[in-house]
Amino acid sequence: MKTTTLIAAIAACLALPALAQSQLTVVNFGGANGAAQKKAYFEPFEKAAGAKVVAVEYNGEQAKIKAMVETKKVTWDVVEVESPDVNRGCDEALFERLDWSKLGPKADFLKAAVHECGVGTFVWSTVLAFDADKLKTAPTNWADFWDVKKYPGKRGMRKGARYNLEFALMADGVKTADVYKVLATKDGAERAFKKLTALKSNIQWWEAGAQPPQFLVAGDVVMSTAYNGRIDAAQREGKNLQIAWAGGIYDLDYWVIPKGSPNKDLAMKYIAMASTPEAQSEYAKLISYGPTNVKALPKLDAKVLGQLPTSPANSKDALQFNIKFWADQGEALEKRFASWATQ
Amino acid sequence: MSVAAAGSPELLRTLARVQARRRLVALALTLPLLLFLLATFLVPIGALLVRAVENPEVVTALPRSTALLADWDRKSEPPAAAFAALATDLGKLDRSADAGALARRLNSEVPGARSLVMGTYRATQDELRADQLKPEQVREQMLALDERWAELKYWRAIAKNASRWTPDYLLTAVDLRRNVDGEIEKVSPDLAVFTGILLRTFNISAVVTLTCLLLGYPLAYWLSTLPARKANVLMILVLVPFWTSILVRVAAWIVLLQREGLVNKALLALNVVDAPLTLLFNRTGVIISMTHILLPFMILPLYSVMKSVPPTYLRAAVSLGSAPLAAFFRVYVPQTWPGIGAGTLLVFILSIGYYVTPALLGGASDQMISYYIAQYINVDVNWGMACALGAVLLAATLVLYSVYRRVVKAELSLG
Repeated sequence: MKTTTLIAAIAACLALPALAQSQLTVVNFGGANGAAQKKAYFEPFEKAAGAKVVAVEYNGEQAKIKAMVETKKVTWDVVEVESPDVNRGCDEALFERLDWSKLGPKADFLKAAVHECGVGTFVWSTVLAFDADKLKTAPTNWADFWDVKKYPGKRGMRKGARYNLEFALMADGVKTADVYKVLATKDGAERAFKKLTALKSNIQWWEAGAQPPQFLVAGDVVMSTAYNGRIDAAQREGKNLQIAWAGGIYDLDYWVIPKGSPNKDLAMKYIAMASTPEAQSEYAKLISYGPTNVKALPKLDAKVLGQLPTSPANSKDALQFNIKFWADQGEALEKRFASWATQ
Repeated sequence: MSVAAAGSPELLRTLARVQARRRLVALALTLPLLLFLLATFLVPIGALLVRAVENPEVVTALPRSTALLADWDRKSEPPAAAFAALATDLGKLDRSADAGALARRLNSEVPGARSLVMGTYRATQDELRADQLKPEQVREQMLALDERWAELKYWRAIAKNASRWTPDYLLTAVDLRRNVDGEIEKVSPDLAVFTGILLRTFNISAVVTLTCLLLGYPLAYWLSTLPARKANVLMILVLVPFWTSILVRVAAWIVLLQREGLVNKALLALNVVDAPLTLLFNRTGVIISMTHILLPFMILPLYSVMKSVPPTYLRAAVSLGSAPLAAFFRVYVPQTWPGIGAGTLLVFILSIGYYVTPALLGGASDQMISYYIAQYINVDVNWGMACALGAVLLAATLVLYSVYRRVVKAELSLG
C-alpha cells in the first residue's frame, strides 16, 4: 500500500513537467469582464484543448510586456490590450504577427477587429450614465451633461484627456462625424479645453472603471462618463443606472501574443476558439460588451442586443475611437491636460 | 615558536598580519550587504540616470540621414539628398522594432511623427526603393506619400537628435527646451507642467508632514509618560493600521469620507454643517489619508527619543519657577529635536514618492509627480521622460536632505 502511494507520488512528480507544458497564461483586466471571460472562454477552452488556463490580472501596463520581450523572458501567452497599445506594440515588435488563416475568415469580423498583430475581442463604449431614480428628466446628450443649470451637481469624468476632449467638442455642438477633424486642429484642441474649463468646478475625477457606478449610486455625482459594461453590471445588481447612448465613444479590446511566447501555438488555438460566434455570444450574454464576430449577433436575443454598444439603436450616433489620432497626439494632449488641471 | 620581544619588528609584523586578517574577515562579512546594495540600489539608480540622457533611437535607425542633416541650416527645406538618405535608412531597417522606437521617439518631440514615420517605413519596405531612384524622385515620392514631409519640424526633430546623448528629457522635466538654434528657453505656458507638479508634490508633502507632527507629537509624549504596560497596548493601536495594506486603508477612507459617509452623516446630525462637505477626490481627502498612513513614521522616532528624556529636567525647571508651558517648550521640546528631525524627514521623504493614495483619492489637480512617472512608464512607454522625472525627484530629495543636515547639523538618527 505504502509503496504504491510512493510510486504514485513519484509518477505525479514526473508528470508535472508534462502538465506544465500545456499551460496557457491569459492576461486580462479582471473584474466583471474577467469573470465573463473565465466562463465564456477559459473553461470551455480547458475542456476542449486539455490545457490549463492561468488567468492573470493587469491594468494595461505595456511596460510589463516591453520588459518581458526585451529581456526575452516572456511568461504571458495571451494578453488583452486596448486599441492604442495594439498599434504601438505592433510597430515596436512587442507582439507576434498573427496568421489569420488559423483564425477564421476575416469577413466574419468587424473591420476594426482585424489587425496584423491582434484580434478584436469585444466592443465597449464610454458613455453618459446617470441614476434614473435621482433625475426627473433623463439627459440625452453631452450638451445636457454640460448644462449645470438644468442638472445641478457634480459630474464624474475620467482623469485624463482621452474621451473628455471628444465629449467637450460634442457638447459644444460639433457633429459626431467631425469630432476628430476639429480636434486635430489647433483651434479645435483650444475649443475642447475651453469647454472643459466651463465645467471644471463641477467635475469629480475618477481613476478606475469601478468608480463611476459607485459615485452615481452614492449620489456624489448626478451624471458620469462610464464604461458601459460597468453600468450593466450595476443594473444586474438591481441599481437603476441608465445610459444615454448618443455621443458614446466605442472602441475595441484585442487579444495579442507577446513576441517570444513559448506557447504560441496553444495561444493561437485559444484566440481562435475565443473568436468563434458561439464563444463570443456566450460572453455577450454575461457582460454587455459587443461581439466582434458578426456571426455571433443572430445568436443573441433582443434583450441582450439592446444593451450592446454594437446594436443599431445604440450605435446610431456613436463615435469610433480614433487610434491613429491618439497614437500621434496622445502624449502631447495628456501633458497639456496635466497643465490645464493645474491652472 | 619563540615569543617575540615587545616592540620588535617581528611582533609588529605579526600584529599587522592579524589586523589585516581581521579587516578581511570584516569585509567578507559586510560583502553580501555591499553587493546587495550595489545590485539593488546603486546600479538601478545609475541605470535610471543613464536612461534620462540616453538617446539612441534616432542615431541607430537613421545613421545616413543624421550625418547628412548635420550641415543643414534648419531653416530652408532640406536637400533632396536628405530625403534619399532617409528613405535609404528606413529601407535598411530590418527590425520593425527599430522603426517603432524611432517613431515613438520622434513623436514625443513632434506630435504626429509616429504615423508619418511608420507610414513611410512601410512604404520603403514595399514600393519606395531609394536605391533604384534619383534623390529628386525619392523626394517627390515621399511628398506624394505624405505631404507632411514638406514641414520643417519633422526634419528639425531628426537633426536635433543626431547625438547618442540628449539633455532634452531633463530639460523637459523642468519645463525648458532647446529651440531651433539650440538655445535653451522656457516652454510655452500651456505646456509648462512639471515645475508646477514638483512644487505641488512638495507642498502636499509639507502639509502632510506638519499635520503628522502636530498630531503625533502630543500622542508620542502621552505614550512616553504612561507606564510600560499601558504604553505597549496603545502602541499596538498605532501599529495595527501600520501593518494593514495601504489599499485597504484607502478604501476605508472612501467609505468614511464620501458624501453619504460616516463623517458627513455625523456632521449633519450634529448640525455642524448644512450640506455634506466634499472631502473626497480633492486635496482634503489626499491629505487626510496620507497623514493617517504616515503617522506611525512620525510617532515611532518621536516616542523612542522621548523615552530617553528624563522627566526630572522638566520637574526641575518647574520647581525653579518656570511656568509649566514655558518649561515644556524651553526645556522639554529642545531635547526631542533629534526625534522631530528624524520623524519629519522620514515622513516628508516617504510622502514625496506617494502614488496610490493621491491617484485614488485625489482629483486631476492633486496628482503628485509619481503619477506622471507611472503614466510615462505604462501609458506613453516613454522611459527616457520617466527617468528624467525620477532624476529630478532624486536631485530635489538630495538637496532637501543636505539642507536638513545643515539645519540639524546631525546625521539622521532614529533615536
